[in-house]
Amino acid sequence: MKLKSIALTAACMAAALSAAVSTPALAQAKEQFFPLLVYRTGAYAPNGVPFANGMQDYLKYINAKGGINGVKASYEECETGYATDKGVECYERLKGKGATVFQPLSTGITFALTDKAPGDKIPLITAGYGRADSADGLSFKWNFPLLGTYWTAADILIQHLAKKEGGFDKLKGKKIALVYHDSPFGKEPISLLQERSKLHGFDLQLLPVAHPGVEQKATWLQVRQGRPDFLLLWGWGVMNSAALKEAVATGYPREKMYGVWWSGAEPDVKDVGANAKGYNALAMQHGAEPNSKIVQEILKEVHGKNQGTGPKDEVGQVLYMRGLISSMMAVEGVKRAQEKYGKGKVMTGEQVRWGLENLNLDQKKLDALGFAGVMRPVSTSCADHMGSSWARLHTWDGAKWTFSSDWYQADDSILKPLVKQSAEKYLAEKKLSKRDNADCSS
Amino acid sequence: MLYRENGQFKTSYRADQQIFPITQDRVLILALLAFAFVAVPFLASEYFFRAILIPFLILSLAALGLNILVGYCGQISLGTGGFMAVGAYAAYNLLVRIDGMPLIVAILLGGVFSMGIGVLFGIPSLRIKGMYLAVATLAAQFFCDWAFLRIKWLTNDSSSGSVSVAGLNVLGWKIDSPAEKYLFCLGFLVVFGLLAKNLVRSHIGREWMAIRDMDVAASVIGIRPVYAKLTAFAVSSFIVGVAGALWAFVYLGSWEPAAFNINRSFDLLFMVIIGGLGSIMGSFFGAAFIVMLPIFLDNVPRMLGMPIDTALASHLTFMIFGALIVFFLIVEPHGLARLWSVGKEKLRLWPFPH
Repeated sequence: MKLKSIALTAACMAAALSAAVSTPALAQAKEQFFPLLVYRTGAYAPNGVPFANGMQDYLKYINAKGGINGVKASYEECETGYATDKGVECYERLKGKGATVFQPLSTGITFALTDKAPGDKIPLITAGYGRADSADGLSFKWNFPLLGTYWTAADILIQHLAKKEGGFDKLKGKKIALVYHDSPFGKEPISLLQERSKLHGFDLQLLPVAHPGVEQKATWLQVRQGRPDFLLLWGWGVMNSAALKEAVATGYPREKMYGVWWSGAEPDVKDVGANAKGYNALAMQHGAEPNSKIVQEILKEVHGKNQGTGPKDEVGQVLYMRGLISSMMAVEGVKRAQEKYGKGKVMTGEQVRWGLENLNLDQKKLDALGFAGVMRPVSTSCADHMGSSWARLHTWDGAKWTFSSDWYQADDSILKPLVKQSAEKYLAEKKLSKRDNADCSS
Repeated sequence: MLYRENGQFKTSYRADQQIFPITQDRVLILALLAFAFVAVPFLASEYFFRAILIPFLILSLAALGLNILVGYCGQISLGTGGFMAVGAYAAYNLLVRIDGMPLIVAILLGGVFSMGIGVLFGIPSLRIKGMYLAVATLAAQFFCDWAFLRIKWLTNDSSSGSVSVAGLNVLGWKIDSPAEKYLFCLGFLVVFGLLAKNLVRSHIGREWMAIRDMDVAASVIGIRPVYAKLTAFAVSSFIVGVAGALWAFVYLGSWEPAAFNINRSFDLLFMVIIGGLGSIMGSFFGAAFIVMLPIFLDNVPRMLGMPIDTALASHLTFMIFGALIVFFLIVEPHGLARLWSVGKEKLRLWPFPH
């Protein structure tokens, strides 16, 4: 009897499963489908959740406002847990549902999808992360590291240090430690930092921290011994708060610590609270923006109608804003594509790619969208898929993030050759060729 | 099944020693293979290939390898992810460093490297058993994780530590479309499946099982534990290494060491336990179960029209996984494969049982 019931359940499961896979739910006629690759579980969840909420809330907001020129934005989340193989599965699943633009939300997944996207003709937006060399649109037709990469981030941090010290020549002989997450994410900035260290003669110390970054005692022992003049933190999730706690325990001054933008949000410092006071982090364009117009609008249109995705008090926090802006870029890409291919129509992946490549968000448009003061204008082109490399720094004052520097722009004279070299290496490895002008203008 | 072996008399040793002594079984398996090779490439959708069939085939292969070690020889290993990584990175290095290296040779040599590492880490098994051995093989896992993260030479000095391969082709056959990738993996699986099945039926397989059941008794009747254990490690990690290379090359395309972390080892161990220890068939069941269950759990609420929170779905998957593993360990330690054979036995008498 027991066996019978088990066999029965198994048979039912198998039948249901085959039904599930044989009838892929296709996006309906007037809906633009936005796949959301998120991680709400695992070691990175504290940071992944606000990000995911922001991404979803913006789409809800767009729908509340009547969609993209009348086209409703539909979406579906898929949990990747920051794991590459899970991300690939999510990609395949959501691709089949009519996805036209992907945001992998993990550098590892970006690497894996970079090879698949051209074949499937789906653009990838990696706003602020992913492959730094994919800023070269001539080599990476389908990648859009909008608003900056890890190389611009590292470059700007070094610029800030130089400014603080009173010139690049003052960096000579200084010791700068990079405490990084030992994954493609953490390793991306190394080549740029090495270039800068050769140029200015500072001493770069590389201190890797193994996934997920809870255990950092050995790393901080090295910090204690080396006493670097500055410490760059390239962490994510629990690694950041663990690093700050270790810094407190080691007695390393938080004022000398500079995080990348993944390390500069509320969840990272919340646990450490007042002890993290003085800790700086890069704010790629935006910081915490609770007073911006778009946040007020979302509170009114989405949370006000009990449609909000996450807790209300997190709206406007750093990572929430990051998710919001990521979604906004995708929506704007679709909007731009509609200008060329017909307003009020559902765009294909190729059309969205054109839209992203020809983005032109000037100040007026940003103001209209409610992003005044949140970010600077972005315009992309065939050769430049990044669009903007402005950033500033913010500092934790014990209770909130406040901006503590002017705007910086990454130094093209250093970035460009690196991007070119790395992109060429990629093309050579994959036996691909650069896009020609005809391909650009199409 | 619904048929019986009545009237099928074996008149030679050859006939008696076939893998499938019953004609109907043989016909069924051949039909299944023909279906997999001929019909599936035309029937399955792209999603089905890429998200279900290809991972299923590759993980079955890895589970098959692990089952030889854990299920047949009784040596618990938690280093499977590491051995997969060795296979993947060795094959990668051979492919990028040696010009004109044929793909299949690279993958097989990846397996050979993995075999070397497997035997090396298998040496402690000569002295320690059970839980202690599991910990020793765990060292293999962490060592491999460390090596591929930190030794830059192994990742061809890639700045991000992520490596990728492109343009897979075998003698001019470009493995590009999902169906081709599927056939490529299926080919490997069939060959290795046959090999493994024959190995475990041979004298060496019997030695493994003797060691598993009682090593002292085995050595008393003249089985050398050193030889038996190390061959099990060698065969197992060879197959696992090949699976690792396929996982990296065919499924991921571009990967970092985290693709082969400790979770991969646990997943594979669960596959073997749920599928059935000491059963070739069980490896396939286990892999199918572990690959499909999370996808199934993700899709069910949506199909029923009541989408649940992403985080909740993924936590539910963990809970159901855990519960099932405990359930199988208590109720049916021989796993799905045993359920399958019990089902077959019952069906022989169906619909008129005694």
